[in-house]
Amino acid sequence: MVTTADRMVTEHPAEVLPKLEVTDLSISYGNTNVLSGINLKVMPNEIFGIIGPANAGKTSFLKVLNRMDTFDSNMSFEGDVSFNGLNTRKLRNLYALRSRIGVVFPLPVGLPLTIYENVALSPRLMGTKSKVELDIIVERCLMRAALWDEVKDRLNSLGSLLSGGQQQRLTIARALSQDPELLMLDEFSIAVDPVTTMRIEDVLKELKKEMTIILVTNLVQQARRLADRTAFFLAGECVEIENTEDLFTGNTQDERTLGYIEGRFG
Amino acid sequence: MTQELSRSVDLASFDRRDKDWYIDKTIQFIVFLGGISAILFIIGIFAFVTKEGFGFLFEDFSFSEFFFSPWWEPTDEDEPTYGILALVAGTASVTGLAMLVAIPFSLGAAIYIGEFATGKKRESLKVLVELLAAIPSVVWGFIGLSIMNPLIIALFDVPVGLNVLNAGVILGLMAAPIMTSIAEDALKAVPDRYREAAEALGATRWQVIFKTVIPAAKNGLLGAVLLGVGRGFGETMAVLMATGHAINIPGSVFDPVRALTATIAAELGETAVGSPHYEALFTIGIFLFLITFVINLTADLIVRGVREQ
Repeated sequence: MVTTADRMVTEHPAEVLPKLEVTDLSISYGNTNVLSGINLKVMPNEIFGIIGPANAGKTSFLKVLNRMDTFDSNMSFEGDVSFNGLNTRKLRNLYALRSRIGVVFPLPVGLPLTIYENVALSPRLMGTKSKVELDIIVERCLMRAALWDEVKDRLNSLGSLLSGGQQQRLTIARALSQDPELLMLDEFSIAVDPVTTMRIEDVLKELKKEMTIILVTNLVQQARRLADRTAFFLAGECVEIENTEDLFTGNTQDERTLGYIEGRFG
Repeated sequence: MTQELSRSVDLASFDRRDKDWYIDKTIQFIVFLGGISAILFIIGIFAFVTKEGFGFLFEDFSFSEFFFSPWWEPTDEDEPTYGILALVAGTASVTGLAMLVAIPFSLGAAIYIGEFATGKKRESLKVLVELLAAIPSVVWGFIGLSIMNPLIIALFDVPVGLNVLNAGVILGLMAAPIMTSIAEDALKAVPDRYREAAEALGATRWQVIFKTVIPAAKNGLLGAVLLGVGRGFGETMAVLMATGHAINIPGSVFDPVRALTATIAAELGETAVGSPHYEALFTIGIFLFLITFVINLTADLIVRGVREQ
C-alpha cells in the first residue's frame, strides 16, 4: 500500500516540511562519543525504523530528539535537531516539546498510580479536567494499546502491579494519551508476547495516519513489517538510510547493512 | 566408564556433623539470640515500668482524676491530686506546633536535596543535615532559654518567652533534620525511570514531583512524619528547658506549659521510692509507653493499608 505520505517522502521530499530534521548530530557522555555525524529527515506520517546492534547509539539518539538529555548532566550533543522546523536547542519550553512527543521505553514503566490515572495523567497535565473527556481518552488509548479488555474491570488498581507485558501496553496507552505528533518506540516489544506484539503492530499501522512514528527495534523483521524507511546504526554511526523494501531486497549501499540484516553479524 | 559411575558415593557424609555444620548452627543460635533479645529488653522495660507504677494504679488511682483533672499536685500535704490533663495538653500542643514547623521544613529540604541539588552541593547538604541531627537536646534547650526566650519577649511583647511557641519551634527544628534524612531516603528510593517517564510526558519538574515522586514515596514520607511525632512526645530535656515548666492548659502559644516527660525528669529524683507520687510518675511512664505504641501501630497499619491498596 502506498499512502499519500509515502509518495511525498519518495517523490517530493523538498516540498513537505519534515517532522524532524537532524543535522550533524553527535552525542557524547563526558568525553566518550557515542554517536556522530547523523544527518536525517523524518517526514510526517511515516514510520521511520532504526535498527542496529546494542551500543549503536539508538537510545541516546531518541533521548536527544525530545531533549531528555537535560536530565543527564553528563550527556551533551552537538549539531541541530529541528522539530516542525523549530530548532529544539533554542526552545524555551521543553515541556511543551515533550508533551508533543510520545515515548515508549524498552522496559515498561507503570507509574505508581492507578491504571486510570496512568493514562489520564498526561491529558490532566495539559489541562483536561472533564471526567467524561478523560474517560473517553482513557478507554480509547487502552483499546488501541490492546489492554482495555484485560483491565476494564480494575481501572482503579495500581498500574505498577500489572504484569510486565501489560505494563508495557499501559506505557503505550500513556504515550498515546498525549495525542503526540511524534511517537518514539524504543524496542517496545522486548517485554510483550508475540501475539500482543502483532496486535500493537497493527495499531501502529493505523496510527501512522495521525502521527509520525520512530521505531527503534532489535527485530529486523519488525522493521521490515512496519517501517517505510529504515536507518541502520552501527557503533555510533548511521551507516545508511534506505526505503525499507530496498533494504530487505538486498539493495543496500553498504556491505555491513546487508550483513546485519542477513544475520551474519550482530 | 562414565564420570558419574566412577565417583564413590559416601552416604555417611550426608549425616556427618562436621566443622561447617557446627559453625552454621552456632551462628544461627547467635543471630537468634540477637533478634530475641531486642524483644526481651522491651518486655523487660515495660514490665519494670508497670511494676513500679502498679501500686498507684490499684490504690490511689482514679481514672477520671488521672485523665480529666488539670491539677497535678502530688506534693499537696492535705489532698494530693494526680491529674495529667494539663501535662497531656502541654505535650500535645508543643508536639503539634513542632510538627507545623518541622513538616514543611523537612519535606522542603528533602525535596531540594533529593530532587534538585546535585554533586557537591547535595553531598555537603546531606552531611550538614546529619550534623544537625546530632546536636544534643540540651543544646537545643539552651538555645531555647538564651536565644529564643529574649527574642520572643522582644518580638511579641510578652512577659515570659518560655512557652508553647518557644518549645514548639525548638522541637520542630530539632526533629526536622532526622525527618529530612528519612524523607530524603524515601524520595531517593523512587526509581529514576518514574521521573523519566513522567518528564517524557511533558510534565514540569513540580508536576513530576507532586504527581509521581511524592505518591510513590508516601509511605516513607509518612514514616518520617510519624518519627517526628514520636520524637516530640518523647523529647525531654529541650522541652523541660523551653516550655516554662508551668502546669497549665494553654490558651495561646504564649502560655507556658509542662510536658509529660519533663514532669518525670524533674520530679523523679525528689520523690521517695515507693511513695504514691513516685508510683504516679511511673504511671505516666506507662501512659507514654502506650502512646508511643499506638503511634507506631497506627503508622504500621497506615503503611500496610497503603501497600495493599
